[in-house]
Amino acid sequence: MSTFWSLWIIGLTLINLGLIIWVLMANRKVAISDDDDPENKTTGHIYDGIEEYDNPLPKWWFQMFVGTIIFTAIYLALYPGLGSFKGLLGWTSQNQLEREQERADEQYGELFAQFAAMPVEQVAEDPRALKMGVRLFANNCAICHGADAGGNYGFPNLTDNDWLYGGTPELIKQTLVNGRNGNMPPWGPIIGEENVVAAAEYVLSLSGREHRQELAVAGQKVFAQNCAACHGADGKGNQLLGAPNLTDDIWLYDGTAKGIRHSIRNGRNNVMPAQQERLREEKIHLLTAYVYSLSRNME
Amino acid sequence: MSSNQATAVEQSAYDYKVVRQFTIMTVVWGVIGMSLGVFIAAELMWPQLNDILQPYSHFGRLRPLHTNAVIFAFGGCALFATSYYVVQRTCQAPLFGGILVPFTFWGWQLVIVLACITLPLGYTSTKEYAELEWPIDILITLVWVSYAIVFFGTIVKRKTSHIYVANWFYGAFIITVALLHVVNSMAVPVTLTKSYSMYSGAMDAMIQWWYGHNAVGFFLTAGFLGMMYYFVPKQAGRPVYSYQLSIVHFWALISLYIWAGSHHLHYSALPDWAQSLGMVMSLILLAPSWGGMINGIMTLSGAWHKLRTDPTLRFLVVSLSFYGMSTFEGPMMAIKTVNALSHNTDWTVGHVHSGALGWVAMISIGAVYHLLPVLTGRREMWSVTLINTHFWLATIGTVLYIASMWVNGIMQGLMWRAFNADGTLTYSFAEAVEASYPGYFVRVLGGGFFLVGMLLMAFNMYRTLVTEEEDEVTDAQPQTA
Repeated sequence: MSTFWSLWIIGLTLINLGLIIWVLMANRKVAISDDDDPENKTTGHIYDGIEEYDNPLPKWWFQMFVGTIIFTAIYLALYPGLGSFKGLLGWTSQNQLEREQERADEQYGELFAQFAAMPVEQVAEDPRALKMGVRLFANNCAICHGADAGGNYGFPNLTDNDWLYGGTPELIKQTLVNGRNGNMPPWGPIIGEENVVAAAEYVLSLSGREHRQELAVAGQKVFAQNCAACHGADGKGNQLLGAPNLTDDIWLYDGTAKGIRHSIRNGRNNVMPAQQERLREEKIHLLTAYVYSLSRNME
Repeated sequence: MSSNQATAVEQSAYDYKVVRQFTIMTVVWGVIGMSLGVFIAAELMWPQLNDILQPYSHFGRLRPLHTNAVIFAFGGCALFATSYYVVQRTCQAPLFGGILVPFTFWGWQLVIVLACITLPLGYTSTKEYAELEWPIDILITLVWVSYAIVFFGTIVKRKTSHIYVANWFYGAFIITVALLHVVNSMAVPVTLTKSYSMYSGAMDAMIQWWYGHNAVGFFLTAGFLGMMYYFVPKQAGRPVYSYQLSIVHFWALISLYIWAGSHHLHYSALPDWAQSLGMVMSLILLAPSWGGMINGIMTLSGAWHKLRTDPTLRFLVVSLSFYGMSTFEGPMMAIKTVNALSHNTDWTVGHVHSGALGWVAMISIGAVYHLLPVLTGRREMWSVTLINTHFWLATIGTVLYIASMWVNGIMQGLMWRAFNADGTLTYSFAEAVEASYPGYFVRVLGGGFFLVGMLLMAFNMYRTLVTEEEDEVTDAQPQTA
């Protein structure tokens, strides 16, 4: 903050507080007294029949007012407030956060470090670690993947053994740390609506869903030319690209003919946000183990 | 009383038409705005209600409509009606401005109708309490400048030597709201229905809450204190308690409120100094805020017995109690350590409504019950019994609302910060939402009570407007003993 703005803030603050104190002190006179009529304590103004007494400021109210002003003076001496003056305590919200984090580290750091030193497979067997994992999951992941990790439309189910990007501890951790961006381009404008319909019928046939055979045959050619590059010639997907396996009848989006046509025609774009800036490494390690355990326990 | 006679003589010269129009629309918009409130409260309890007519019935579309309808339509009409009435009677001068007077009425109604259309359609500037898009913002500015010309023009033409304290507060409200509206709504228009704020980042947040908090401070506090300073002494038939107190708390209130907005941004990217200043200025605000409550309630000394027979006065006095309570709660919540618990919880929602229902709505309702008989040339409302019923419905509704949100808010704050022995959070966010359902239900109930009261008021107003005075005399209305 430049000196000018600092002085500007200090000036405005002090002028305002000074004026308030002045108005408060200047109006502490005793009540009006009318020599002719001792009973009459009104100001003499009458507005539409409304008169005004001139009772003195209630004492307790005056004291409360002064009390809050004194509190303010002390507070502004101790804490930042008057422009760029830092306050006598040297407090900032930044260092308060750091202090609290340090305290938390002291208290919990050892426990987290203990698990961080263990391989993911081993952490996934530890009931205490899994308990921490489930709580971390509830607060960080459940919003999209569901409290039971069962997924939702557009958000993968983490409890089955079907992985878009791979289910090894290393790959799960990579997904958590860096995030993922699944991107299927819109094919409608490229291959035309007729081919979209045909390709969709072929995709339906891959997982044994009800389909129109003659269209599926035509679709196979479209698939081989356009889709196989990512989804593989056999349609089993490619985890390096996050291209889903189309043969297992597990659907991230809509698995009906209409839904599949929509995916092909308009493409899909899906983001799993990177957690490395949000969560510490030790927490990501615990979450990796928890997610890993979800499908392991199922086997 | 010579002044009373003078008033009686000039009575016919006052412009009551616009006052009557705004008074009627106060009740109409009150019913609409509060119905929306009850509906969106029910959406939080039964989320399926969102799907009635997606996306227009969605909470996100209707919530800004609710806030705009109750603050600017209901509250705004009440302020226009009472300020036009009070400024004429306390200045003993008819309204200045000629054609500008009806323009403020029709212009303001147009603003609200446009809000009712554009907000459900999703046109929004995304600024809380200032969601309306730029063409409507310009219309608001035109209406507001006309309002200022009418109001201050009337004051200039006054036949009294001094300016009554009610008009100080109305005047401060009109000037400051003009400033807040223009500065906060500065935007770059892209199309007729879309614009982008001129500010960005922490600066945008600060300007927004400078506006947002002073919408509370000037629209919902200073304006309604103006209302209080006329209708409480008038209805009680007693002199105002202390002129000195008026002076001190007026200047302190209007100069300090403008600093307080940054308490909405505690523990945010806003620089520490701005947060601290917002906190201490909010704390000092306690005394000036209570000055208005003291001046109102102490005005009743010597007239307490009237509370037993006059439900209109009861509305006015209970509104002051809620005012005192929420202006104590506000500075407390502005303290950083308290705010760390209360921020983003239902406590904030409860705090707003203890002011909005308990203070703003109740004082407006009291003022309207005072105004309607005067404007229709009757001795009293069509049914005083119904006013009494309305009073109890409103009080019970407000208490249910506030209490349920206190419980919810404190519970949410505690659940969010609960840690396990291993350093992980005890509860997920969804668990705190689940635990809030009983409170959400009580809130719907409280809002329902308040709304039923408003419906009784609308009915009572209708009967008062259409029933001839003779009926009242012959019918021998049941007088509350």
